[in-house]
Amino acid sequence: MKKTLGIFLVFIFICIITSMLSNVFLRPGNIENLIMRIGLYGIMAIGVSFVIITGGIDLSLGSMVCLTGCGLPWLLVRAGWSPVASLAALFLIVLALGLTHGLMITKWRLQPFIVTLCGLLIYRGVMRGIAADQSLGFGNQYDQLRWLATGKVPLIQVAVVVAVGLIGWLLMILRKSRKLDVTLALILGGLALCLVFAFACPQFPLPMPFVLLLIIAFLASLFLRHSVWGQHLLALGNNEEAARYSGIRTHRLIIAAYVICALLAGLAGVLFSMDVNSSQPSDFGNFYELYAIAAAVLGGCSLRGGQGAVLGVLIGTALMQVLRNMIVLVFPAHQNMEFAVIGLVILLGVIGDEIFKRAFAKKIS
Amino acid sequence: MMQPVLAVKQIHKSFPGVHALKGVDASLMHGEVLALLGENGAGKSTLMKILAGLQGADSGDIFLEGKKVALGSAAAAISHGIALIHQELNLAENLDAAANVFLGREPVTLGFVNRRAMHERAQVLLDRLGFGLPSSTQVADLSPGKKQLVEIAKALATNARILIMDEPTSSLTQSETDLLFEVIGGLRKDGVSVIYISHRLHEIKRIADRVTVLRDGENAGELTNEQITHEAMVRLMVGREMSDHYQHRSGDIGEEVFSVNGLRTLRHPREALSFSLHRGEIVGLAGLVGAGRTELMAAISGVDRNAGGEMRVNGKVYRPRTPRDGITEGIALIPEDRKDHGLVLDFSVGDNLTLPSLVDQSRMSLFRNAKKEAELTSAQTQLLQIKASHPGQQARLLSGGNQQKIVIGKWLAKNPSLLLLDEPTRGIDVGAKREIYQLMESLATAGKCVFFASSDLEEILGIADRVIVMHEGRIAGELSRDELSEQAIMNLATGMEAVHH
Repeated sequence: MKKTLGIFLVFIFICIITSMLSNVFLRPGNIENLIMRIGLYGIMAIGVSFVIITGGIDLSLGSMVCLTGCGLPWLLVRAGWSPVASLAALFLIVLALGLTHGLMITKWRLQPFIVTLCGLLIYRGVMRGIAADQSLGFGNQYDQLRWLATGKVPLIQVAVVVAVGLIGWLLMILRKSRKLDVTLALILGGLALCLVFAFACPQFPLPMPFVLLLIIAFLASLFLRHSVWGQHLLALGNNEEAARYSGIRTHRLIIAAYVICALLAGLAGVLFSMDVNSSQPSDFGNFYELYAIAAAVLGGCSLRGGQGAVLGVLIGTALMQVLRNMIVLVFPAHQNMEFAVIGLVILLGVIGDEIFKRAFAKKIS
Repeated sequence: MMQPVLAVKQIHKSFPGVHALKGVDASLMHGEVLALLGENGAGKSTLMKILAGLQGADSGDIFLEGKKVALGSAAAAISHGIALIHQELNLAENLDAAANVFLGREPVTLGFVNRRAMHERAQVLLDRLGFGLPSSTQVADLSPGKKQLVEIAKALATNARILIMDEPTSSLTQSETDLLFEVIGGLRKDGVSVIYISHRLHEIKRIADRVTVLRDGENAGELTNEQITHEAMVRLMVGREMSDHYQHRSGDIGEEVFSVNGLRTLRHPREALSFSLHRGEIVGLAGLVGAGRTELMAAISGVDRNAGGEMRVNGKVYRPRTPRDGITEGIALIPEDRKDHGLVLDFSVGDNLTLPSLVDQSRMSLFRNAKKEAELTSAQTQLLQIKASHPGQQARLLSGGNQQKIVIGKWLAKNPSLLLLDEPTRGIDVGAKREIYQLMESLATAGKCVFFASSDLEEILGIADRVIVMHEGRIAGELSRDELSEQAIMNLATGMEAVHH
């Protein structure tokens, strides 16, 4: 929780700095674009955080994004399949790939790094072969389908749904105990945010991917914090043997984590492709796995496993995207140094976290 | 009077919330084996860490050969000739013995490691211990006892005059322990002094010249050679007589709940094991380390697959493939290695206690029920008298005895009918041991079957109704309560006598 708060403060700090240095940052168009990207990258980051919690890693995300992002226009436009059949086929493929990763890692005890590194190479290679390395797009068709990525929802509608949900949760908690704790503070904070935004800009167009992210984050959080399986997942991430001795079906859960990760990456790929309407197999989704992993780690997931919270991952994603936005807006001449800046910030974040942890440990002792 | 090689005076050390050492005094003579004794939390390990330079004392003085010294770091302690041999051995398994002995201090010629000199010098040290262990042996291939010797050689390579040994025999067999004691005897003749920490009182009786006992961070007393008796040590450790250490109950033994017929474990697939266990019975499983007790427990609980044979629970055929299958049949394993297999150390006390029964406590077998979990946690914490500052405290921070109670508590919540306990009291203090014995007895009285493996003959003699003895993977014999004696068990365990019932 403290980690999440820390990263949140860094996020706010970067937002303030950027808005001071650039008068474009707070323009509705830019914010909308930023939220869109947070939605897309957030979906991937939540997926990979499940895998990271098991103590594993998934490097094949970017190539999965390529597979579905290029596969969708290829199936629709080149092969002439219907949207339903195309989407069903693509999700079945990524599901099978996630399942294969999980099975190889649990049953054959292969290392996640190697398995998914091979995935990274194979899936992109296959897609490039299928598409003969040509750029793919939807042309001006399939606007209804593309609404999933390009559509907008007025903020007031989302705010009302979220607020109703939060109030319901609040009532549930208050019925049980009246203690003021972190959860309660979070709920109240969320409610306040809903209220402020609903009055300040009720018609602000929220991009669909962000709405999807909210839904996915809600489900993921429910799974992780409030389901038996989520607790089992955290337990096995901390100590797989102890979890197995406790009667937990560890292999199934690990496989499930890889499947969830693959499905969310596949979804993100489809949305990316619908959004940009032009996907080039050789670079579509390149390095996205690293964005996702970095966001998860910034958000408090430990690569040793057993640690992680959805809220932190969301904030981590947002931080990464604001950083990228800042570089474009504030240092347009140095855009090609984006990776260097992001790498540096993540490094500083991890070092700062370590320093903070040690200072805290000293204070205790 | 002779000058002590090491003396500590009025050592104080505080941690947040704990005053770990409250003015402890101790001294160590040339060529003396001093046993440092105390329950967990008495301050032994803190004192040891201070002597090894791993922690600084808040106040107090340390004298070496009468001269006051500051042991500010591990390097400083080593340069003063103090070497700590950890409970968990710190050897690089992938290297050979010589490389381990000189790890970080390799003899160098022109900037390169001089392997020949390293092996020659390591061999001299190993030979000094007197076991013809070739310096080129891979450490991974060595038994725990031989690894201990490499550790000692490593300490001698630093010209250590004071060896601190923390639970050195906890993973050794009887013969390896004998070997270690011979080595310690030899070192003592050479003028090396040893501070020996162990929970095994009979070993201390054998090896120690003098015993210093700590209790709650203070000196509880000292025993010189002829005063060292079991009762005296226990009295000083707990501060009271422990005549009720074991109180044998006379319970009724009921019908058979579990039987194995020709079971073969993966480790010893050629040995077929057969026996049965009954309701209300405490059965001990004795044998030397490596006799196959842990493997047998693992096969029964489903942690390991088996290599054939038949098991029955209440007459019904039982074929476990995973621990989950065992749990479903009411079989719970309290594993030997509580840190790696029993607990999720980073989880809280509560989260550990509820882990196996989360689904039972949940709504619709899916959503966690915080209220029920909290109730279960407080019920188990009380039942087992787990001493944690609050249920959210990390399991890692508790003492060994309290950790073991969590492992037992998490299984009692599942209400098993057969409890398998593998070395349930290893490395825990006398007070917690007694609580665990009482618990095992009350479980048996309540009609459960308790099957426990132990290397501690004393506890087997103390609480078992019946003892099964294993030797090299097979069942060497069974002893009823009337036949029980230390001698009878050792005869079977060492394969001197094979009784078949």
